[in-house]
Amino acid sequence: MIELLDIAVLSMMVVSAVAVLWLRNLFAVVMLSGAYSLLAATLYVLLDAVDVAFTEAAVGAGIATVLMLGTLTMVPRQEKETRRGSLGGLLVVAATGALLVYGTLDMPEFGDPDAPIHRHVVPRYMQDSPAEVGLPNVVTSVLASYRGYDTLGETTVIFTAAIGVMALLGWGRRRKP
Amino acid sequence: MEVPGLFNYWMAVVLMMAGLYAVIARGNLVKKIVGLGVFQISVFVLYITMGKVKGGTAPILGDGITVYSNPLPHVLILTAIVVGVATTALGLALVVRIRESFGTIEEDELQAIEEGEA
Repeated sequence: MIELLDIAVLSMMVVSAVAVLWLRNLFAVVMLSGAYSLLAATLYVLLDAVDVAFTEAAVGAGIATVLMLGTLTMVPRQEKETRRGSLGGLLVVAATGALLVYGTLDMPEFGDPDAPIHRHVVPRYMQDSPAEVGLPNVVTSVLASYRGYDTLGETTVIFTAAIGVMALLGWGRRRKP
Repeated sequence: MEVPGLFNYWMAVVLMMAGLYAVIARGNLVKKIVGLGVFQISVFVLYITMGKVKGGTAPILGDGITVYSNPLPHVLILTAIVVGVATTALGLALVVRIRESFGTIEEDELQAIEEGEA
């Protein structure tokens, strides 16, 4: 059942990604990217990543879509028609895709419990985090405790981005077009 | 019904290439940013797929559960989602500034303006 849903959701994601490429109306493109993000959140629930699904639905589908809609109030809503199909781009994309697929060929199968990724530090997190951190949710333990510096770095990145946005679009300067 | 072993990875690659095409071959700057978002989410799908364990459940410890999916990719991707939105915000702010300064967000028109000035 989960496998069937997995295939269905991934196919819908591919359809919305292609529609994003196809459409010229930027409002439709932005709404589709929001739908794409929500589909990704559904997929994360299927793959047991519930915390990631929350964040994707709130931040990816919510905040990012609002930011893009805000941008659309200040830029033209229609992409310019160009007859020039990009053959070079298509070739680069096809070559990169083929290389990446070749790279996946020796990856562990879907859901394989013996994959290398499951054998290194994770068993220790699973066994010792209740005693060391005391939370039932291991994702929270790792995020806030074992890899707390990552989260600190993330905060720095957001702070820098906020400073950058404010420097670009400072208040009081944008009244004149 | 079984998912073929590498199906999720291949779908992630297809999504990634859709995003990459939007970034390198489309001239509209908003479309490029949306394409970047599509690319980012495809990478997240790749990571989360690697964390899944067959028969496992979400990594929240409970009595009587023995198999959990891997929490480490989840943590990395939680960080990446938030950083991705910060990047998007900065990119969109640049788009708005470019539109204010040059009156267009189409790449070829911007190039024409730049060549005209030079």
